[in-house]
Amino acid sequence: MPALRFHNLTLGYDRHPAVHHLDGAVEQGALVAIVGPNGAGKSTLFKGITGALAPLSGAIERDGLDARDIAYLPQVADIDRTFPINVYDMVAMGLWREKGLFGGIGRGDRDTVAHAIATVGLTGFEKRSIGTLSGGQMQRMLFARLLIQDARVIVLDEPFTAIDERTATDLLELVRRWHSEGRTVLAALHDIGLVKASFPQTLLLAREPVAWGATADVLTAENMNRSRLMCEAFDDQAAACAAPQAA
Amino acid sequence: MLSSFLLAPLGEPSVRHTLAAIVALALGAGPIGVFLMLRRMSLVGDAMAHAILPGVAIGFLAAGLDVFAMTLGGLVAGLVIALSAGAVSRTTKLQEDASLAVFLLVSLALGVVIVTVRGIDIDQLMTFLFGETAAKMNADKLLVIDTNATISLVALALIYRPLVLGCVDPGFLRSVSRADGIAHLTFLVLLVLNLINAFHVLGTLLGVGIIIIPAAVARFWTRDISLMIALAILCGLISGFAGVLLAFHAAIPSGPVVTLVAGVLYAGSVLFGRVGGLVWQAFPGRHLEA
Repeated sequence: MPALRFHNLTLGYDRHPAVHHLDGAVEQGALVAIVGPNGAGKSTLFKGITGALAPLSGAIERDGLDARDIAYLPQVADIDRTFPINVYDMVAMGLWREKGLFGGIGRGDRDTVAHAIATVGLTGFEKRSIGTLSGGQMQRMLFARLLIQDARVIVLDEPFTAIDERTATDLLELVRRWHSEGRTVLAALHDIGLVKASFPQTLLLAREPVAWGATADVLTAENMNRSRLMCEAFDDQAAACAAPQAA
Repeated sequence: MLSSFLLAPLGEPSVRHTLAAIVALALGAGPIGVFLMLRRMSLVGDAMAHAILPGVAIGFLAAGLDVFAMTLGGLVAGLVIALSAGAVSRTTKLQEDASLAVFLLVSLALGVVIVTVRGIDIDQLMTFLFGETAAKMNADKLLVIDTNATISLVALALIYRPLVLGCVDPGFLRSVSRADGIAHLTFLVLLVLNLINAFHVLGTLLGVGIIIIPAAVARFWTRDISLMIALAILCGLISGFAGVLLAFHAAIPSGPVVTLVAGVLYAGSVLFGRVGGLVWQAFPGRHLEA
């Protein structure tokens, strides 16, 4: 049983598709890179997987998981860094699914949080407000939160963008660890070298899926060129899509 | 001299009621103001204050200066506007502030029409807009204010987590919980409750001051949200107490005086606040080693 299965999935905004007719499955424990130009639908696909965006047509099967049980790393740009909250509280939010709105945080939970903060190398930063963190420290903090979520499926939206090499290496190590623990990981990435080195499978997306499979087979020069030719703008005059709709 | 300034007004039951009302008002309004500020909705709070006007006016027309009628009217108007503006912005492309601005203008126009068609004398209008001299506060009003503040504090505690996470990382909140919509709407309802409280003490036009200004003051003194809420409450208490006493001695409505006192605290914080105050920026001291 695959961890995620897409049935003729179309996601988008205002009836305009941003991910168009995606079919396929992500196996349990797979480590998949999602590659494609800006506007290719990578973030949109993640919003669909995590349930933030309902499909225009088609469906996503999550192997019995609730969409909220999938751990999600949004792009850092979506976070209000001026908000007065400290690193510890931010990381502890990873306990949400377990604690809900009212659950208390006990000694065991405090150990969990402290351990996650230590794992990403932010020990000593607990009381720092998030506005004082560098880009790399911010991303480390968000990875600590992911660690605590302890999810079977983890979705990372551009996790290594605008951070230095050492941080990227450390965080990539965590991704490898999740992979070795049998978790399913999907990551939107722009660094092709990194994808080729560390991600066994790739989905090349350019609104339509261009290719999906073993990374070496997907990231060919021909496929990359096809993905770049994709038209980024929505066509206001577009007619209703005639392709068969999923039942 | 000072003691007579402070203690003489306490001989009046209505002043004691007003000061008790200030305590409830500050406790309820402090945290609401902080979240308004952090959600960048301070002006939305301002808009909502005007939006409850027609409801209060209808309550006033139906039952005169009856506190329960005016509270109910304001509550209904505020809820209708908060919920419909929230619903419009959630289901369409219109941003919430634009949507609220539309509802506010329509609502304010309706309020003015209702008040003028019926005819209202200038004293009543002044009371309506700027609050009363302390002499009009009574036990009924105090009961309404205390109830509203209690509901506000309890409900805020219940939605505290999604409210915080919805401000700082809304994408993550939506990925773990469906509570963001209900938390936001509850927050708007609590805003209405506190606006009505402020209206009863300080009038519709300026009541919102004791919600918004203390939060802005607190922001200049701390980077921690719990402390920020505590400071906002403290600032509300200080402005409220000082303003009500000054207004009593000068025999003028309390709304403007309380707001002016809060304004003075704000000016002081802009200058001397430890977090980003102008004086600290001008004289930061020598840079540190690490």
